[in-house]
Amino acid sequence: MSASTAGPNPDNQIPKAPAEVGVSGSVTDLTPYLPPVDSEYDLEMTDLKGPEEAPAPVEVIFDCSDVEVHYGEHRAIRDVSLSFGLREVTALIGPSGCGKSTFLRCLNRMNDLIPGAKVGGHVIYHGQDLYADEIDPVQVRKRIGMVFQKPNPFPKSIYDNVAFGPRVVGMEGDMDEIVERALVRGALWDEVKDRLTENAFGMSGGQQQRLCIARALATDPDVLLMDEPCSALDPISTGRIEDLMAELKERISIVIVTHNMQQAARVSDKTAFFTVEMAEDEKRRTGVVVEYDATDTIFTNPSDKRTEDYVTGKFG
Amino acid sequence: MTGQRIADSALRGMRRGERTNRRALIFDILMYGAIALALVSLLALIIQTVVKGAPDLSLQFFLNFPSRINPANSGAQSAIVGTLYLMLLTAVFVIPVGIATALYLEEYADKTRWWNRMIEVNIQNLAAVPSVVYGILGLAFIVRGPLGLGPVLLAGGLTLGLLVLPVVIIVARESIRAVPPSIREGALALGATKWQMVSRQVLPGARAGMVTGIILSLSRAIGETAPLLVIGAASSPRFNPSGLGDAFTALPIQIFSWTQDPNPVFVNQAATASIVLLGILLAMNGVAIVMRNRYEQRW
Repeated sequence: MSASTAGPNPDNQIPKAPAEVGVSGSVTDLTPYLPPVDSEYDLEMTDLKGPEEAPAPVEVIFDCSDVEVHYGEHRAIRDVSLSFGLREVTALIGPSGCGKSTFLRCLNRMNDLIPGAKVGGHVIYHGQDLYADEIDPVQVRKRIGMVFQKPNPFPKSIYDNVAFGPRVVGMEGDMDEIVERALVRGALWDEVKDRLTENAFGMSGGQQQRLCIARALATDPDVLLMDEPCSALDPISTGRIEDLMAELKERISIVIVTHNMQQAARVSDKTAFFTVEMAEDEKRRTGVVVEYDATDTIFTNPSDKRTEDYVTGKFG
Repeated sequence: MTGQRIADSALRGMRRGERTNRRALIFDILMYGAIALALVSLLALIIQTVVKGAPDLSLQFFLNFPSRINPANSGAQSAIVGTLYLMLLTAVFVIPVGIATALYLEEYADKTRWWNRMIEVNIQNLAAVPSVVYGILGLAFIVRGPLGLGPVLLAGGLTLGLLVLPVVIIVARESIRAVPPSIREGALALGATKWQMVSRQVLPGARAGMVTGIILSLSRAIGETAPLLVIGAASSPRFNPSGLGDAFTALPIQIFSWTQDPNPVFVNQAATASIVLLGILLAMNGVAIVMRNRYEQRW
């Protein structure tokens, strides 16, 4: 796919124009998109579009077209075309097995890790097709953070958990500061600042999940993918994480898969409803997007009957 | 009335239970009998060894070399030193090769490929091959044949290494597999390369299990007699091996050759050497248990 189809937004103010990236022909370096490491708590990127221009159309960070995933012979999702806006929270909802998580894992090439998985279509991130030949999945994952369903802290100290990402990507600067900044952004600093050297396994489930969020934020990604981040947590921990998402959204984009419709309604700006499509001749189930719109519209005035049935609790 | 019936049925239940109780009793007797048989024979062996060997157990025994001329001052220094050298050599050889193979099979190998499946099956089979066969292999390929090292310390270490390698690989693979996939995903999602993920998360997470397994494998290696006999370890040398290319002996070999001796003094010294070997093995197993308890990772 040529880079010209990259963004619908002509004055896309990315530091390096995607076209140049394509022309260079070398292994694509995503570093230009990194916000400066020494940036203070307010990222400079927020200044790219001043608040006075607020009514302008939202910049697109992800533009996915006709994404489909095969696991071996089985087609898990097909024809997913969605685009996500910069500094927006997008929720992916739908019944179990409809491919929400599968789609989410296409956005940072985590599907590469599953043997036999094949991704088709285009996932355009800042004008660059993530599935182009010259793209290195490790570079992609450095820029796009991910939080999993079950908290998965490393069996190390809280400090080392947060420092892992910055260390492996070779971030420069004072590691103590990087760790503190990430924990502050993860709304965990006050609780753990006196026990940074303790093993993360000693934390509560909710704290562990916020640690995983802080860990993902430590490398300054501009997108956070969250795969049912609250499904293993109690309501209070869930509330904290939702508050945290509202804060994070000031600076980064979030794509969240959730089974909890109230959560989708509370936290997201836009919602995509997925469902399972049963092929008539075969027993295979394939996930498709039914409807994608502003969250309010999806929950109050959906245009598709299936969406309405799902959000009103008639099925799923 | 109802209470009466409940009591009745309970009593009937007890009567039926009596027969099963008798069977359970028979099973208990058989079970405890089997355990007692094993423990008593082990105890008898240990007691006999201690009774025979303890009188000779002195510092002299550790410091002197075996002596036919002066049996009263005979010792096992060359055998003890040889055993420690062998253990070290085996460890040097088996730790990197075993862990690297286990990592390859668990983290890198494509299991749908026939050659990887073949390697797996062969390792399982090799673990069950009798140790004397490894001795023959060592004799044919290491002592003579392609390597032609002769019956030297290095040949002994390599042969014992080959012997325990399959076990080390299997134990290391199990420890690697015990690291949950979510840890791997977490590391990769943070932008780690595969090697960073393996070296910083998988290996540290599997460390405790690997160390325990390796220590237990090494303790098996130093207790082996047959392969060292086959490759031609020296009998009762009055010197320690001065290098990798020197003749050597080990405690099991020394014990074996002393038990063959017509002089009863040496039979007693064989018992003394057995106590030393048992002590080394117990110490290694103790270290393995301490390591496991201290560093074991619960996920």
